[in-house]
Amino acid sequence: MAGNIKIALVGNPNTGKSTLFNLLTGLNQKIGNFPGITVDKKLGYCKLPGDRQAEITDLPGTYSLYPKSKDERIVLQVLADSNNPSHPDIVVVVADATNLRRNLLLYTQVADMGIPTVLALNMTDMAKKEGIDINVNKLSERLGIQVVPISARSNTGMDLLKQAINNTTRIATQAEGTDLHLMAPEAVEAAKKVLKTDNGYLALQLLHQHEPLSIFSAEQHVSLEEIKKVHHFESSKLQAAETIARYRYLGTVLSGVIEDTGAVRKFAISDGLDAVLTNRFWGFLIFIAILFFIFNSIFSWSTYPMDMIEYAFVWLTEYGHQHLPDGLLTNLLLDGVVAGLGGVVIFIPQIAILFAFISILEDTGYMARVTFMMDKVMRKFGMSGKSVVPMIGSLACAVPSIMSARNIESWKDRIITIMVAPLVSCSARLPVYTLLISLVVPQKMLWGFINLQGLTLMGMYVISILAAVFVAFIMKFMIKAREKSYFIMELPVYRMPRWTNVLYTMYEKSKTFVFEAGKVIIAISIVLWVLATYGPSERFEAIDKKYAAIEAKKDSLQVSTLERDKAAERLENSYAGILGHVIEPAIRPLGFDWKIGIALITSFAAREAFVGTMATIYSVDNDGEVATIRNKMRGARNPDTGLPVFTFATAFSLMLFYAFAMQCMSTVAIVFRETKSWKWPVIQLVYMTGMAYVASLIAYQLLK
Amino acid sequence: MRVNSHHYIQMKLSQLSPGERATIVSFTDLEMSVKLMEMGCLPGEEVEIERFAPMGCPIAIRVAGYQLCLRKSEASIIIIEQ
Repeated sequence: MAGNIKIALVGNPNTGKSTLFNLLTGLNQKIGNFPGITVDKKLGYCKLPGDRQAEITDLPGTYSLYPKSKDERIVLQVLADSNNPSHPDIVVVVADATNLRRNLLLYTQVADMGIPTVLALNMTDMAKKEGIDINVNKLSERLGIQVVPISARSNTGMDLLKQAINNTTRIATQAEGTDLHLMAPEAVEAAKKVLKTDNGYLALQLLHQHEPLSIFSAEQHVSLEEIKKVHHFESSKLQAAETIARYRYLGTVLSGVIEDTGAVRKFAISDGLDAVLTNRFWGFLIFIAILFFIFNSIFSWSTYPMDMIEYAFVWLTEYGHQHLPDGLLTNLLLDGVVAGLGGVVIFIPQIAILFAFISILEDTGYMARVTFMMDKVMRKFGMSGKSVVPMIGSLACAVPSIMSARNIESWKDRIITIMVAPLVSCSARLPVYTLLISLVVPQKMLWGFINLQGLTLMGMYVISILAAVFVAFIMKFMIKAREKSYFIMELPVYRMPRWTNVLYTMYEKSKTFVFEAGKVIIAISIVLWVLATYGPSERFEAIDKKYAAIEAKKDSLQVSTLERDKAAERLENSYAGILGHVIEPAIRPLGFDWKIGIALITSFAAREAFVGTMATIYSVDNDGEVATIRNKMRGARNPDTGLPVFTFATAFSLMLFYAFAMQCMSTVAIVFRETKSWKWPVIQLVYMTGMAYVASLIAYQLLK
Repeated sequence: MRVNSHHYIQMKLSQLSPGERATIVSFTDLEMSVKLMEMGCLPGEEVEIERFAPMGCPIAIRVAGYQLCLRKSEASIIIIEQ
């Protein structure tokens, strides 16, 4: 075979397929999308001997070609459709040598699709350690294909694998193994004619599942359905019979090939760990301790890089203002685009750290145990054990957490998880909470050892988690399930994490976030900048005239605060300010005035904007200390009543609003990306904002 | 629970306790059985209950040389004999 070839990696979950992919392609990979579906397509390039290049697609892990989740469906889609851009010239089936029989089930299905195939026996070093001896030559002879023993973890066998790929012929050589002649033979013959193929297994597969594939004409779909009806095609029965036939075939293939001399119990260490880690008492305690450590690390480790990013962007903005010609274009570029970009990049440290931990927990096999322990609790609230990870991650940031919900197979469980994850108080709410709490809650100790302000802060977190659980419980009854939710899952043996995989995950997730969410964030930042900068020209001219007059008088007291006052007045008369006045009647029942209204509007971009907007509105220098903002806010009076604006009722109402409202366009963008529709982000925006309004209204009216 | 002609006791996998072993005989749900068989739970295969999750469900079993977990409702479609 000459020139460039396409290769697909296929295998069960937990076989080290991704590790092999990373080894073969290095950083030379990109994430794309399979058309029409949410699942990411991992594509990379690899040099083969003889100066040839291979395009490698990493297909989602699956146990069989009969898919159970969205991810798994892609495997059939790519293999069955020779016009699919990812349709491979060669399939590399990755099999775990320590559990060969179950792994080869998928191999027999793939082999019967008639594509040239190479079998990579991964973890052969592990198998040897466990006393499993595999006669590779005999296996290769019986299957009729090249079998390459490798160990992706210790990077051995790669050259052999590349050589084998190079030696693979265009014509499939695999032995016809499983006896499929008894599987609805008449229906298969009829389907072969409709589909114009001579591959009987392909015809059988498509009789089972042609509906989700968009590669056939309407007539073909109709005739396939017709064939099924005429020949009494019983899908589940045939699948069961096929699986049994395949295992029977594998029994003969593997007899005399595998010798298991592992007299010692192989799983002793793993079982010992499980006895502690999933223990009735210690299990949850250890889990909570690990969570605490992760949560703590996300905060403490990201402070420094986040500060650096912030300084870098402040410096960039200042430098730009000094060296670029003054003008609107410069302002738009620096205060709109660069500021928006800063708002995206600032999240990278938290995203990278969260995904590093998630990837470590997954790689070691601990995550499967967490899922195992939490499934029953989560199911009560319409989610599954696999929802735990995104919910916890949302304490730091909902964006990466929503991305991590992708491995939840059941569509309903996944949607509910995505819909409630942003209710869990993220780190962006923290500055809002701390500012408002310090304003209205006295710095007192309760019974001498409980900090009252800290207690209030913790209360906000508890409220947010309860709200998420409550909404999930309601959605459980409102959203219809598309498929039966099941929980049949492998519990992999505990292993050391593969650090390169951890690094790849951090890199890949951060990159996806910056490019996908970044586009939307920058667009909205520009809109907000325009709203806050521009206003009706007659009002702005009047302000300019007024301050020109003051400046002319050279009143030293007034001049010192001139720029700040002017900026504040301009903001009040900008479109954002006008909008604040417009929404004031709607938010007055919550205890908010128009100034808070502006903050609510600017906070739609990101909640952190609250503190900055408050600072601008209350005419405080941007780099002024929080204490000054606080004092100004404390001193703020309602012009009509003369009473303080920030009473306990207002502050608490405002905190509830920030706790529940969807004021994060990164989240909106990522929910759109993950659900591939505007329906879910819109529902989320509406229900969260509605909930925020009602909660604030009740709180303010009761407390005032 | 019933006793067949070979005097083996047939029951559901969900009725066993941790540490108990049995042999898979059949399934009562065809659709679920396909998934289970793909994962190595074949008739004739020996299973051992490893442990229950802290709240009693799901359960972890040892089958076909590896560890699998499933909910009790899913285990109840697996007929076993001891």
